[in-house]
Amino acid sequence: MKIVKEAIAGTLESSDLLVKVAPSSARTLDVTIRSEVIKQFGKQIRRVVTETLNKLEVSEGTVVIEDKGALDYAVQARVQAAVLRGANSEELNWEQLS
Amino acid sequence: MNTLLEELSKQNSQISRLEEFAGANANAPYLADPNTKLHRKMCGSLEEAIKRSGLKNGMTISFHHGFREGDKVINKVVDALARMGFKDLTLASSSLLNCHDPLIEHIKNGVITRIYTSGLRGKLGAAVSNGLLSVPVQIHSHGGRVHLIQSGELQIDVAFLGVSCCDEFGNANGSHGKLSCGSLGYAKVDAQYARNVVLLTPEIVAFPNYPASISQDRVDLIVQMEDIGDPSLIGVGAARVTKNPRELLIARRAADVIEHSGYFKEGFSMQTGSGAASTAATRFLEERMSAKGITAGFALGGITGAIADVHKKGLIKTVVDVQSFDRDAAESLAASPAHLEISANEYANPTSKATYVDRVDVVILSALEVDLGFNVNVITGSDGVIRGASGGHCDVAAAANLTIVVAPLVRGRIPTVARRVATVVTPGESVDVLVTDHGIAVNPKRPEVEQRLRDAHLPVMTIEELHERAVALTGEPEPLEFTERIVGIVRYRDGSVIDVVRQVKN
Amino acid sequence: MKARRSMLFVPGDNPAMLSTAFVYKPDSVMFDLEDAVSPREKDSARLLVFHALSLAAYKDIERVVRINRLDSEYGLKDLAVAVKGRAHVVRLPKTDSAEDIRELEAHITRLEKEYGRPTGETKLIAAIESASGVVNALTIATASPRMIAIALAGFDYLVDMQTRRSSGSEPELFYARAAVLHSARAARIDAFDVAYGDVNDDEGFLREVQIAKQLGFNGKSLVHPRQVELLHRAYAPTQTELERAKRVIAAAEAAHRNGLGVVSLDGKMIDPPVIHEAELVLSRGQVA
Repeated sequence: MKIVKEAIAGTLESSDLLVKVAPSSARTLDVTIRSEVIKQFGKQIRRVVTETLNKLEVSEGTVVIEDKGALDYAVQARVQAAVLRGANSEELNWEQLS
Repeated sequence: MNTLLEELSKQNSQISRLEEFAGANANAPYLADPNTKLHRKMCGSLEEAIKRSGLKNGMTISFHHGFREGDKVINKVVDALARMGFKDLTLASSSLLNCHDPLIEHIKNGVITRIYTSGLRGKLGAAVSNGLLSVPVQIHSHGGRVHLIQSGELQIDVAFLGVSCCDEFGNANGSHGKLSCGSLGYAKVDAQYARNVVLLTPEIVAFPNYPASISQDRVDLIVQMEDIGDPSLIGVGAARVTKNPRELLIARRAADVIEHSGYFKEGFSMQTGSGAASTAATRFLEERMSAKGITAGFALGGITGAIADVHKKGLIKTVVDVQSFDRDAAESLAASPAHLEISANEYANPTSKATYVDRVDVVILSALEVDLGFNVNVITGSDGVIRGASGGHCDVAAAANLTIVVAPLVRGRIPTVARRVATVVTPGESVDVLVTDHGIAVNPKRPEVEQRLRDAHLPVMTIEELHERAVALTGEPEPLEFTERIVGIVRYRDGSVIDVVRQVKN
Repeated sequence: MKARRSMLFVPGDNPAMLSTAFVYKPDSVMFDLEDAVSPREKDSARLLVFHALSLAAYKDIERVVRINRLDSEYGLKDLAVAVKGRAHVVRLPKTDSAEDIRELEAHITRLEKEYGRPTGETKLIAAIESASGVVNALTIATASPRMIAIALAGFDYLVDMQTRRSSGSEPELFYARAAVLHSARAARIDAFDVAYGDVNDDEGFLREVQIAKQLGFNGKSLVHPRQVELLHRAYAPTQTELERAKRVIAAAEAAHRNGLGVVSLDGKMIDPPVIHEAELVLSRGQVA
């Protein structure tokens, strides 16, 4: 998927996360993660985000994550929602989303 | 001519040194002057009291935390000490809360260099965890504090104690007056052992004042101080039971555990901690007491308005109060003859001749973390930073017949059940049951309790299973990283070192 | 027999609730993509629900998804998520006629094939929210073998009826409740009573539960976790009732084992309806 516009998904409520995606000017993929539980789950969150982006075949863009202690499934869902919004896509491609 | 003394020692050389009579007021010179006779303790200002107390650099000052988050005494006194140029003091407060963040500046400026406390919270706790003090903070339990004082390790030079009302001689209490905090259970100990006792009060009342939680015979100086604390910040009232469905579920489950534990009989005794789930548990327990016609012999604590309410209804015979957690509890102390005030020594000091915790049947306590060995951490948060208090936790856990710890299995993304707690405050051997929203775990050393709970069809599982469930949801957390440097020493109730807190790595 | 007393509504766009609803052990959990979710968040909520459906913590709870109506821009996508995500049941809001069910069923059958799920595995609940729905309740209830329950949804129904809720005996819901119940019983499926919106009014909630229970409703749609335990306790059989039910079931099982056509207990013959009732009582025995 190609991120063509800025998009946001999620909230800053407890157990949720806010995901902001934007197109990259530099043909790179830049992921920044801020989290309330960065010490305990920082690595895990990055793993889930990276896997999710890979499955969606996102190779360019900036992704900024503000996490409030969301579980893995919510991280996955919110990243997917932001990317789909940013790519102007409504398609549910199960291979990319499961 | 022989004096009396010369004659005495001639006849009895064994008689120890005596003094000859030197006048009616030789050793009580204050009686000579009507002003000093009656008013000698009154100080015009806090500064005057500090000067008269004989406080010097390097000495130990103490406080009580009866006003909890509403306390103003500690900040006012330490501010004054800083202004007067004092340095290198040891601060020994029965506990410290979020409102005591201003102490950070005083520590940075060298006014306070050592701390003894039951707990540290807020920015102060975080600062200490990050190495603010050059000497590790001593963290003790409520009972343990008294032991440290009696053993001589903690020698209080000047105690600054906020009281609601006081007469000119120092007969004082915390339960009568506009700014009341209820029981002065911790302050009583300081009043007994401090070398110099300074009372700070907004209300000087007619002599003699009663009840005298602190008696005139322990008091040196008195200062009238308008604003010693805000009672509305002590805690929430009895009417405010939590509406959080998760806390209610846990609370109800805890009441179920007590009901089927084997200890739920006529005359049983109980204690609840200050957390929302504990308070709510009181209500659910009340329902069961009503239904089965069981009254409690006494409730000990940490007394909430919820307990005072059940007492008023006649379902708890006696209330034994070392600290009032809210206004309703404070009012009950003043109003009910069967609501007793006790000192921390009578409450929980293991080396006193008898403590109330010894006679508790069931207690409900909270926890930040519990590990697979049932060890409990109530002092450091999930990030390793000091944000809690030892309190009476290990005291009552050690002594009670059934110790129940309540907690949500997962807080946000943080599992409450860990392989090993970051800091041990209460050893697992003192903890019998863990009640969470996912299920109940019973310490293997209480098989008879486990059997009773299973027979009652309560959701019992092993603590390992609880841990697995937590990790299945959250993922396995990375272990916390600390530096080698020790910033806190956790003292068990008998004074021994049970664990240490290290500086968090950033 | 599966107990279906409590159906806890969980807003699909709320991760905090999605992450914790299972601790309350409702009989069914309904992930809501419809009224609880604003139009701008439908896409994000859909993904949250898709992933939440496969959480291990929900493994042992009946999973229901309330999709948007099929004539909206969201309905079919919601349905794809429900079927692909292996929800047990799809709840269709604002069901007005049997045709609505048949249309839904056609899509589900197609999706089950596409996603490799056994045909017929996905069940249906129809929510009746209008006068038409009430009048058509019987044909709706019998419109498909996938139907397992009909639910009465009070708020929208009363708006359609040009009246509103009263407190007390609620004559305004009488006919709708009766119609939905009779249709459910005739179709041999479950019936759910209306949701009670005032989450701070335990007494009002329990009063309504008593009415519903007495009428014969299997359960109720719930909008707050606290209501789960309250409902289960209200539906719980007494110890005596429980004992008797166990004995009836034991007698029925014994008769079956011994190849006997007739079940008897204490010298009396036990008819199938009595055995059925005993199963119902047992299913309500588990409170928490």
